[in-house]
Amino acid sequence: MFERKQLPHTAASKVTSKAASKAAWAAAIVAMAGLAGLAPARAADSVKVGLILPMTGGQASTGKQIENAIKLYMQQKGDTVAGKKVEIIVKDDAAIPDKTKTAAQELIVNDKVNFIAGFGVTPAALAAAPLATQAKIPEVVMAAGTSIITERSPYIVRTSFTLAQSSTIIGDWAAKNGIKKVATLTSDYAPGNDALNFFKQHFTAGGGEVVEEVKVPLQNPDFAPFLQRMKDAKPDAIFVFVPAGQGGNFMKQYAERGLDKAGIKVIGPGDVTDDDLLNNMGDAVLGTVTAHLYSAAHPSQMNKDFVAAYKKAFGNRPGFMAVGGYDGIHLIYEALKKTGGDTNGDKLIEAMKGQKWESPRGPISIDPETRDIVQNIYIRKVEKVDGELYNVEFATFEAVKDLGKTKK
Amino acid sequence: MTAILTNLFDGVAYGMLLFVLACGLAVTLGLMNFVNLAHGAFAMAGGYVCMVLVNRMGWPFFAALPLAFVFAAAIGIVLERTLYRHLYARSHLDQVLFTIGLTFMSVAAVDYIQGSSRVFINLPAALQGQFDLFGVGIGRYRLMIIVICGLLTIALQMVLAKTRFGSRLRAAVDDPRAASGLGINVPQVFAFTFAFGCGLAGLGGALSAEILGLDPYFPLKFMIYFLIVVTVGGSSSITGPFLASLLLGIGDVAGKYYVPKMGPFVIYTMMIVILIWRPNGLFGRTAAR
Repeated sequence: MFERKQLPHTAASKVTSKAASKAAWAAAIVAMAGLAGLAPARAADSVKVGLILPMTGGQASTGKQIENAIKLYMQQKGDTVAGKKVEIIVKDDAAIPDKTKTAAQELIVNDKVNFIAGFGVTPAALAAAPLATQAKIPEVVMAAGTSIITERSPYIVRTSFTLAQSSTIIGDWAAKNGIKKVATLTSDYAPGNDALNFFKQHFTAGGGEVVEEVKVPLQNPDFAPFLQRMKDAKPDAIFVFVPAGQGGNFMKQYAERGLDKAGIKVIGPGDVTDDDLLNNMGDAVLGTVTAHLYSAAHPSQMNKDFVAAYKKAFGNRPGFMAVGGYDGIHLIYEALKKTGGDTNGDKLIEAMKGQKWESPRGPISIDPETRDIVQNIYIRKVEKVDGELYNVEFATFEAVKDLGKTKK
Repeated sequence: MTAILTNLFDGVAYGMLLFVLACGLAVTLGLMNFVNLAHGAFAMAGGYVCMVLVNRMGWPFFAALPLAFVFAAAIGIVLERTLYRHLYARSHLDQVLFTIGLTFMSVAAVDYIQGSSRVFINLPAALQGQFDLFGVGIGRYRLMIIVICGLLTIALQMVLAKTRFGSRLRAAVDDPRAASGLGINVPQVFAFTFAFGCGLAGLGGALSAEILGLDPYFPLKFMIYFLIVVTVGGSSSITGPFLASLLLGIGDVAGKYYVPKMGPFVIYTMMIVILIWRPNGLFGRTAAR
């Protein structure tokens, strides 16, 4: 009740040195003129990316992973692209949409950024959408996962995922792999409802039956009563979507209540076994089957290098949020390369459409029609590798588009 | 039938946990008439100390629990002597502003030192899982909570009612001036009581990591629950908050089990109904100090 009384966070931390700020300021003014079509392209020598992330509050781990991944990318690839210096300005919105909007406004009006990026939760991404449209600059969504986001502005591209992608796949997979009765436990907010609906559609179409449906409040202290209800419903499996931070508590109580011994499996989108927290969850989580876009155990060489570099720089394992940030900054770099450093928003969006590249998560591309990500969805099982818990991939659904768009 | 008993068991465990977490607040608010919204910060401190001792330094869980108590109590006594005591005579608004500020500082400090993700305490195998007693599923960890908290409650009640310290405390609360006139060192009694309440919160924090989850936002997330316990129970004794905790624990668990759609509203509805019926809480004195 008291958090709301905080003043909007206005402190901005700059990744690059402040020495260049005077020049950048002048450059930004020229860039603005360029936007309006008054000056020739290539006039500015720096490109600004406004990164709006939850760096405090319950979603802070998302923000930190994305910021880390972007730092790592810029260390590896340098901070100049197409002759321009890339400058990152980070603002904290604590995942509160009002603050996101203020931050986006400040970045666009005062800092004259060429991109806004980040967005830890769906409401934050939606709050910034009208501003991106008005300012005609790309909004690169690196985390939030509700399908509707990219429909809210022609300037939105996404490098994270949609919940429909993983939920439909796990629904199909469960129906085909001997799971007949499922009880669902999902957090009661937009992404949770997305996950639930898409899973249900595909699972019941495949012949499965949902025997119990429970929506838990987002601020939920104790899963015990809900889990007892699941246990008494005697399903073959529980479909779970809770925000990444709560996965550990859920899995611990699942084991405490003996649901694993009662033969009830856990399935779901991969948020519940996020790499960020997975290793601390204990052995109860072994055998959990999830569908998701990224596992730190993805066997490609590129991912091995990525994980090693990330661990070396920040001391822990990257999760799927880090990959969303890594690919997001890559997309910004590639778009700038393609426009030859031109920062016209329309040209940048055009350049982003249809981009294809190899990410640590596997091959991905940007759908030219929806500006949403197309990626492989992997079915993974939690196993112990070298004494640590990992999501080990065992089946791949290739080039999955977002199936959750309202306009088909 | 067994489902009812299992829920009752879970509810009692949850209620007991709420009691240990909140009874320190009942002491400061009810006995010392000080609004300490930073109470959850002491609980979090205890939880994190227990986590560091068990996970990083390899202490056994049961050895770390008393340390969680001692550490939180030590912070409590230091803060009481340096900061809190200056605010005893100030208005409630000053106290609220001061302690909420302290809460935000504790959140930021823990976030800085330990990171923002949730932490878990590695439990011994003996505390994991569930066993069946006549068909009723009994969680080992929850059983331990009931035993520890039950013993604590009895001990607290004995100390307050039977010991010399208990009578000094009651005297100091009833009339501080007369008590100090009789040679009772009132500030010392209050400082000790405050520290003890913080210690209990620390112990509660360590115990609740497994069930409620422990992260830097703990003091803010659970502040509302502590306040509900104290307002519903009335803050003039410890029996009130104890029964209120049990009622809320059982009500919350049963509500979520039987009517999951309404689950989160159950305890708030209970609170509103009880407060309309008895504005000073279940066991409040009619004329609160």
